[in-house]
Amino acid sequence: MILVVLENQRGKIHPFSIEALVAGQKFAKNLNCDLAVLCIGEKVEELKSQAQNFKSSKLILAKHSLIDMYSADGYSKVLSDVITELSPKYVLFGHSYMVRDFVPRVSAKLNIPFVSDIISVDFNDGNPHFSKQVFNAKLATSIEISSDQALLSFQSAAFSNDDIEEGEPESEVDFNVQLSDNDIKSKSEPEFQESSTGVDLTAAELIVSVGRGIESEDNLPSMESLAEAMGAEVASSRPVVDMGWLPPYRQVGSSGQVVSPKLYFSCGVSGAIQHVVGMKGSKNILAINKDEDAPIFEIADYAVIGDVLEIVPKLTEEINNSK
Amino acid sequence: MKIAVLTKAIPSYESSIRVDSSEKWIDESVVNYVVNESDSYALEEALQIKEQAGDDSEVVVVTLGSEANTSKVIKDGLAKGADRGLFIKNDSKTTDPLTVAKIFAENLKSENFDLVLSGLQSDDLGSGQTGVLIGELLEMSTATLAIETQVEGDKIKVKRELESGWFQWVTLPFPSSISIQSGINEPRYPSLKGIMGAKRKELNTLESTPEAQNQSFVNLFIPKNEKVTEKIVGDSDAIVAKLMDILKNRLKVI
Repeated sequence: MILVVLENQRGKIHPFSIEALVAGQKFAKNLNCDLAVLCIGEKVEELKSQAQNFKSSKLILAKHSLIDMYSADGYSKVLSDVITELSPKYVLFGHSYMVRDFVPRVSAKLNIPFVSDIISVDFNDGNPHFSKQVFNAKLATSIEISSDQALLSFQSAAFSNDDIEEGEPESEVDFNVQLSDNDIKSKSEPEFQESSTGVDLTAAELIVSVGRGIESEDNLPSMESLAEAMGAEVASSRPVVDMGWLPPYRQVGSSGQVVSPKLYFSCGVSGAIQHVVGMKGSKNILAINKDEDAPIFEIADYAVIGDVLEIVPKLTEEINNSK
Repeated sequence: MKIAVLTKAIPSYESSIRVDSSEKWIDESVVNYVVNESDSYALEEALQIKEQAGDDSEVVVVTLGSEANTSKVIKDGLAKGADRGLFIKNDSKTTDPLTVAKIFAENLKSENFDLVLSGLQSDDLGSGQTGVLIGELLEMSTATLAIETQVEGDKIKVKRELESGWFQWVTLPFPSSISIQSGINEPRYPSLKGIMGAKRKELNTLESTPEAQNQSFVNLFIPKNEKVTEKIVGDSDAIVAKLMDILKNRLKVI
């Protein structure tokens, strides 16, 4: 059996979970086995109402008032119990922040390996290999499992939402959740959004993005001038925000905004995975970097190998002159 | 309070990363090892927690790996202000996060740490699991991607970063294992006094036995480029001319 775990993102199935469900449908087909889909939390109905539209063998509802809010203690206990009872061969997740928070707990509790952040699967006649990026995406690796079961999380876009098979679950069961107050040691508070006076980068047609390759905060105005000349929004990678050069609402990536502009013009961005997941959907990607091996070039349409600090001021001048 | 900070030696950004002849690992001879970036934030957070407590709290910097790669990492931690170092010697290059966590847990158990801090993930293998796995194995409370911490008596309150600008506060009882998001603080540089003093600090080496792995690398390879990428090279004038053509005539954005 394949088990897919759905995450509730403020009332809806997390988009990464839908992709995991696509993966689950493909696994079930390739390995010729059942596909169970787990809805977990207090508000399982929210997940169920959407999951009912997708093809699966079984919908499992694990509902309990003690997990009305996400809790690593509660979720890891419940999921471990479900896995122990059903013995699925593979348990599939989207590689979200929540999954990173509690799935390793399940791995340690049950002694089942967790392969995280997978980008592709080779079914390899029933003995699947899982690819993931390593060494800052400069290399990839193929991973094999030597245990009977495994937990697998998929990087966003490893599978496409478009490939979801619609239909309905063949059956539905309630899982008998055993939770007591003692199981929940950590107390969670409601999720909140920081008041951002920021810009909505998701609506931008053109984005000029800066990375630590611009070397110093002093070089930021030069990049901003290019954005101004092009009529683009300025965005950045995480290190630039961490160093305080730009405010957090300018950040693109897993912890920032996810964008898909007509052109993503990146200046000195290396292309760490956390950044790439936020911009790889851009229609056109142009990247300037002096390191020919920078992983950003793997997803770029235009790879400019050169000194961003020299090229950008000249380009800005040319654009302004051409107006 | 007794705080462990897990730090990892990883290849620097500038290092050349090449697959070695086994095709299962990188050629380490051309790599410069440095402290994993988010681990520096974890160390800084530990030092600040100790300073705020103002008592006899202890910060212990812990690393695992081969001596050649990790010695700098421990020295750096001690120079910045950690009280002592623990080096878990392991040359097996294990890539299974659960196996790594079991080695850590076995060696850290007798220390009875109140708090284990780690970076959110290593920039080499990037599994992002070690801190949580160790927490579970040592029966600690756990949280990830902390962007703020507040010690409140026998508990620690953590602001967790969620996706897309959302956050959540979680209050955890000690003992606790927490992974730290980058940007939580401003990591300090070691002072000259710190560097000199580091030599006199306690550094214990623990031998660990290799353990079986349940997930392992079949091979390492250079990722296939799925896009048709047009390479633009030359002197900056030639590049700018080419870019003007692309922006104006092909993408029509200027």
